[in-house]
Amino acid sequence: MSLYEVQKLLFHVNRDPKTWNRFLDERDRLVAEYRLTEDEQHAVMETDFRRLYEMGVHSLLLGPLAAALGVSFPDYLAILRGKQP
Amino acid sequence: MSLVGAFAASHAPGITARPSLPPAVESDPIFRAYDELRARVAAAQPDVWVVVSSEHWANFFLDNMPSFCVGISDEFFGPTDEKFVNIPRRGVRGHARLARALAEGVAEEVDLSTSQEMALDHGVMLPLHMLRTELPVIPIIVNCLAGIPAPLHRCHALGAAIRRTVDRWPERVALLGSGGLSHWPAMPESGRIGIDFDRRFLDAFIGGRIEGFLRYPQEKLEAEAGPGGHEIRTWVTVAGAANGARGSLLAYQPVPAWSTGCAVAVLEIEGAKQR
Repeated sequence: MSLYEVQKLLFHVNRDPKTWNRFLDERDRLVAEYRLTEDEQHAVMETDFRRLYEMGVHSLLLGPLAAALGVSFPDYLAILRGKQP
Repeated sequence: MSLVGAFAASHAPGITARPSLPPAVESDPIFRAYDELRARVAAAQPDVWVVVSSEHWANFFLDNMPSFCVGISDEFFGPTDEKFVNIPRRGVRGHARLARALAEGVAEEVDLSTSQEMALDHGVMLPLHMLRTELPVIPIIVNCLAGIPAPLHRCHALGAAIRRTVDRWPERVALLGSGGLSHWPAMPESGRIGIDFDRRFLDAFIGGRIEGFLRYPQEKLEAEAGPGGHEIRTWVTVAGAANGARGSLLAYQPVPAWSTGCAVAVLEIEGAKQR
């Protein structure tokens, strides 16, 4: 259920403007509203794309989020590949 | 006699977002093919589009993921808040009356859902942008993404049901499948392209011999064409509507900088009458 929850959170962040604003402004409170494991909470708080991907989060939830946060596509891929840009 | 055109094309966001990134020898064939496709569409003189595209978490999540969803509205907006596609957001004319008639007709044979507030993402907007078309659009979203996507043979059945429905209409309908071919979207493998799979699939598509792919094992498809390869469902839907018609490949080009095996194709609909 937990992977489901973290993906649900990222789906809402990507698609709901109010949740996007809360992701930027009060991420800790937003994250607390979803039933995430400690590891997942940490990965979302740190926007750790590689860790999220390794957990099984769908890449088409992560790529758009990276773009929205201003991470270039090559930098995003480098992060996924474990080569920090 | 209402289906007047059956087309299929890739919708890699790089086509609009990073047009100059690939070497021209890779990108030019795709831009030329979209130009040619625009001419083919104009020659078919359609009144309305049915655009079959893939879900990319724009409308649906795993709490409720339909296999097929028809957008029933007189107005849509797109693209969504995608920061990576470089297409201006705008209103898109829909056709609620025909969309409802299409859903009712298809539902006689294939279960589907409907949406009166469908978001259009790059899957629909990129081909509309490239084709510079202002015709009203009936969008159909196919789950190629997650959960339990409909088997390929059911996508074929969807296409056949679309054909039987629109062939009863006086309006001239152009059908576009948007998606594929092989790609590993936003993944560490991004840039890998399953050229062998793509070519075999395209041979079958333009040869009117799609049957060989309708029971293609999903694990094999994913290994050979990547998770993005599931988007051939949109092409298979078009093949189902074309009912064995042959066609031509306007371009196939592996474009690593766009992370996709890009293709543009047309199937020849017999008896598509000129006005």
